[in-house]
Amino acid sequence: MFADQADNSEIDILEANLRIRPKPPLHIAVVQGVARFARTKPLAFSGGSVLAIMIIIAFLTRYAGLAPYDPEQIGVATKFGAPGAEVVLGTDQLGRDVLSRLMYGTWVSLKVGLISTFIGISTGTMIGIFSAYIGGLFDLIVQRMVDAMMAFPPIILALGLMAALGASDRNVIIALIAILTPGATRVIRSQALSIKELDYTLAARAIGATAGRVVLKHILPNVMATYIVLITITVGFAIVVEAALSFLGVGVPPDVPTWGGMLQLGRKYIDITSWLALFPGIAIALVVFSVNFLGDGLRDVMDPKLRGR
Amino acid sequence: MQQYAIKRILLFIPTVLLVTMIAFFVMAVLPGDPAIAILEGDGGGQYTQEDLDRLRHELGTDRNKFVQYGDWISGVARGDFGDSLWFNSPVMTELADRIPVTVELAVLSVLMAVVIAVPLGIVSAIKPDSPLDYGSRVFTLIGIAIPNFLAAVLMILFLLKVFDWLPALGYVDLWDNPAKNLSQMFFPAFALALYEMAFIARVTRSSMMEIIREDYMRTARSKGLAERVVLFRHGLKNAILPILTISGWQFGRLFGGTVVIETIFLIPGMGRILIEAVQHRDFPLIQAAIVIIGMAIVSINLLVDLLYGWLDPRIRYA
Repeated sequence: MFADQADNSEIDILEANLRIRPKPPLHIAVVQGVARFARTKPLAFSGGSVLAIMIIIAFLTRYAGLAPYDPEQIGVATKFGAPGAEVVLGTDQLGRDVLSRLMYGTWVSLKVGLISTFIGISTGTMIGIFSAYIGGLFDLIVQRMVDAMMAFPPIILALGLMAALGASDRNVIIALIAILTPGATRVIRSQALSIKELDYTLAARAIGATAGRVVLKHILPNVMATYIVLITITVGFAIVVEAALSFLGVGVPPDVPTWGGMLQLGRKYIDITSWLALFPGIAIALVVFSVNFLGDGLRDVMDPKLRGR
Repeated sequence: MQQYAIKRILLFIPTVLLVTMIAFFVMAVLPGDPAIAILEGDGGGQYTQEDLDRLRHELGTDRNKFVQYGDWISGVARGDFGDSLWFNSPVMTELADRIPVTVELAVLSVLMAVVIAVPLGIVSAIKPDSPLDYGSRVFTLIGIAIPNFLAAVLMILFLLKVFDWLPALGYVDLWDNPAKNLSQMFFPAFALALYEMAFIARVTRSSMMEIIREDYMRTARSKGLAERVVLFRHGLKNAILPILTISGWQFGRLFGGTVVIETIFLIPGMGRILIEAVQHRDFPLIQAAIVIIGMAIVSINLLVDLLYGWLDPRIRYA
């Protein structure tokens, strides 16, 4: 019975006050949650906003032709044109529009970064849970493998993989998945190990829950916070590794506009003009800082246990 | 201590084996066939099945993978990594001149990072929320987030714009011309050290802040010791352990960064040759470079672990 439909008798007022506030509908709850996040973690919120804007720009550039010029078009203006009204961020050594190329680069960077992170961390999470749940020899072997993989600096391993696979954006994603998986496996495994020993998991197993049920209903939901935080923290790293590989000329092929490749060109012509190095540099720095701020904020909010990692 | 050392070293052996396996099988098991890659080059050159078979036989890739690995690992144990496909000479002779260059770069970076970061961290911990502490924390935030290749390019840009000067890029041997060598290595080492610096400053700060609140610090002060003695003999001595561990680990991590930094500053080290090898798909050279870097890192980690156990009895009995 709703209080506002009833008479204004005192008992009804009392009842209305005692009534537990109803849960707001989902869309309002989401807005309230985001607003609270913006209030308590302004830095993380602005990082998230920048990232969201970048994702929108990337999609609009790829599918709606937002970029002012074709990124491949040669001779939009004079070579090494300075930023101005015609070409907002200037032109490169072939007279291609830097702004358009940066916008396409956003698409490549975010695509590679997001896909590889999602698959890599998800795979690592699954392996980590199974490694912890099954234990024994399987766990030992998996953990030794993880140790050995993590002995290499990620970029070295990625270079080896790129040599074997050949330069393409799909192969950069594969190489990134390979170097992101071990780290996630280690973090999730240690969490799953402690969850496995908690009372509710033991109780579930005691009443005869199957392994699949225990993993899906008890372990997985409890590592979800860590999983989401891991994804946010890792996206920035993945984007940096992709940029580094493209910068070194072994990542995405040089004819595709990428931030790393553009920065490499900027480095090459740094004696002639500084704009070419500056703009892709700013783009990389912007996305890395945004992701780091967002990741730190989410970590504090969702998973205090990860703090200080 | 003996027991701890033996345990560590026993754990080291399987890791080393796995490191060599990864370095080998990453190249050998993946879909790319080195023979096809070499014949096709970049532009999809023409070749016959006969050429392919002959090259496969020459490379030894027509044999069982595990036989190949056994062959390779027995060579590696003797310091023989086979012949480079691109340079047509033994891999070891190609790498021999390069390894010291990269080691110099890495050592210089770690020194720079420790010399700057430790005092910074200490001051920041002693005077929390002072302007210097804020400055140091902002620097830490930037240093950890900014990728080293971007830092290096921005550094070159800065030198060019502000001083209209760049050190002569390239490399002169340290023993031939120490002054020129150091002027050439200073900026690459600094760009490489930024991340380590930020990280070590952060660790020093938090480790020192923890120590400052300890009872024995108060005791030292109350018995009338000079502040300098309290901070250095009682404080830093205890705070140094985590700093040491982190620096050791970072030393290994640095080898990844050298690849990028050497390319930007045109330093002929291991990283640079690794990039050339990747571009030319020189598989024996890539495998050698990866395995040497991997081994260097696991060895450093072992040394750090042993040192840590030796310095801190709590670790070895844990």
